[in-house]
Amino acid sequence: MEYNGIIGKSGLQFFGKISASISHEIKNALAIINENAGLLEDFVLMAEQGLPLDPERIKTLSSKIMKQIQRADTIIKNMNQFAHSIDADEKNIDINMILELIIALSARAASMKGVTLVFLPASRSLSIETNPFFLLNLMHSLIITSLDHLGGNKQLTISSRSFLDCGCIELCGIERLESESLLNHPERTAIASLIQANVVANIQNHKIEIYLPCKPA
Amino acid sequence: MRILLVDDEKELVSTLAERLQLRGIEADWVTQPEKALKLTEEKQYDIAVLDIKMPKIGGLQLKKILQKKWPNMKFIFLTGHGSEDDYRAGSAEAGAQFYLVKPVKIESLIEKMKTVLNSNT
Repeated sequence: MEYNGIIGKSGLQFFGKISASISHEIKNALAIINENAGLLEDFVLMAEQGLPLDPERIKTLSSKIMKQIQRADTIIKNMNQFAHSIDADEKNIDINMILELIIALSARAASMKGVTLVFLPASRSLSIETNPFFLLNLMHSLIITSLDHLGGNKQLTISSRSFLDCGCIELCGIERLESESLLNHPERTAIASLIQANVVANIQNHKIEIYLPCKPA
Repeated sequence: MRILLVDDEKELVSTLAERLQLRGIEADWVTQPEKALKLTEEKQYDIAVLDIKMPKIGGLQLKKILQKKWPNMKFIFLTGHGSEDDYRAGSAEAGAQFYLVKPVKIESLIEKMKTVLNSNT
């Protein structure tokens, strides 16, 4: 399959949206580091004026800073993995790993709508050959649209399973699946067609199923 | 002056409140806008410092609700937006005078608090 030159406007918008969300997350981690470092400085200034320093407080602040550094490190690792998703036209990927990544990248958008994303991976790895960027784009688009169609528990469960030795991804807990905005989205349909994914609305069971070929023709 | 800080990042808002308290400013904090509404029923605040982007109810929306109930309350907004364009767009919406980009310098925040208290907006 030849993908060159077809990233297009929606692909760039997706890339931009994810990059902006990542920068926001990093800013938050930096802001917390900034406040904790500032508080450490406050304590030192107070100590210089003769007030006793509490070693336990210093230890706590230090561990809070470390925690945020780890958080930022994870965000940057995800960002790096996302940036490299554009490297190859087709690549052998593990569906569970791609889902883990897109769930991490979409978690903030979900949280803004009060939604929790839950991941139930297949017990074994599910390898397929596809374009990772388009698969991420398709999954993100489906997740974001689903956020407005959830039931009362405000939880979107994303799971993977094998299907005819290939893969199937399910988004569960979606009400009003018959909604036009959810099913008939021209850009999403185009991306699905590019990677030969079959997106099916299972209205009875409140879920969307995405069937992925082992290898595009 | 009594300040209410509202941000969904608990570690940020709690530490910021502690730093303000060390400087003699009475500061309470919450991580959920709903709790902010409850707290304002119990105490009177001069300024609410609100994160622009929070789950369910954002800072701009929360300001409208609080302002309706407490017309004398002043507001400062915090945001994680990094770019100059984002800053300009946000400033236009929130009022540039009352807008700070994270990470915030405590001195800038206190300066902004003084400005906002003396303003008629």
